Amino acid sequence: MMDLGPHASFIISAYIGVALVIAALIANTMLDSSKQKQRLAELEAMGVRRRSAANNEAKK
Amino acid sequence: MSIETAKPMNWFDKLAHPGQFLIWSRYLVLPLALVSTTLFVIGLWYAFFNSPEDYQMGDTVRIMYVHVPNAWLSQFVYVAMAVSAIGTLVWRHPLADVSMKAAAALGAAFTAMALFTGALWGRPTWGTYWEWDGRMTSTLVLFLMYLGLVILWRSFDDQLRAAKLVAVLTLVGAINIPVIKFSVDWWNTLHQPASVLRAGGPAMPPSILIPLIVMTFAFTFLFLTLHMVAMRTEILRRRVRALERKRAVEGIVK
Repeated sequence: MMDLGPHASFIISAYIGVALVIAALIANTMLDSSKQKQRLAELEAMGVRRRSAANNEAKK
Repeated sequence: MSIETAKPMNWFDKLAHPGQFLIWSRYLVLPLALVSTTLFVIGLWYAFFNSPEDYQMGDTVRIMYVHVPNAWLSQFVYVAMAVSAIGTLVWRHPLADVSMKAAAALGAAFTAMALFTGALWGRPTWGTYWEWDGRMTSTLVLFLMYLGLVILWRSFDDQLRAAKLVAVLTLVGAINIPVIKFSVDWWNTLHQPASVLRAGGPAMPPSILIPLIVMTFAFTFLFLTLHMVAMRTEILRRRVRALERKRAVEGIVK
């Protein structure tokens, strides 16, 4: 471990704090995304479709 | 106007159409994340192993490599929201609403990190965690504005109505951005004046400037990645809401 001098605790705290917030941001973004994808898939599996999706199906 | 008689979309309409956005943005998320990760690895290596300590501040200068990028993003994200707000009010573009909403929480987080790292940098260099000076107070106001906008979005069921109100408030709040930028010039503050984006070029040697630039790009690409994913999620959330309403109206039971 490199020597960060007499104020090492401030430097390490800053980096750990930022790392934690970034980790929370990434986790929250990914969880929210997968939750919406899952709910959309559930609704479509129930037969609830958007008008445009239904039109596309009808064209096929 | 029926779908048969509607004007064909130009390239911009195609890019900005929410459905089209979901298609093309899918291929950008991974490259953006990879660029951000690579820049973070390089930037952290520079920050801890290949940059000198400052002749006055010593090793605490290393806090700058996380403080300045977050401070930059706190303002950059707000400007992006203000541009989106114009898109909402002038062109009533749904993707502009989505962009504003997706950016608000990210902006709040970057501003919180700027305040947090600034306090930890201030204590050993100025002898205080906080001072009610122009730069710090206007940044705190920015953080509170972000929180207010996030709460406002969440307090409306009708997101189209929310978008108009949020857009107006975002544009009114944009007056705070030049105040933050020029606060160090207008008032006698504890915070140092601009040392990177200033007339006459950066006031720091390349050995400190390079890690700072790399980390700034790393954080900016992180924002772009998270913003793109959050925009995609917001479009899906609106689809889910629309389908749930349709389900309720049509009485489709699981």
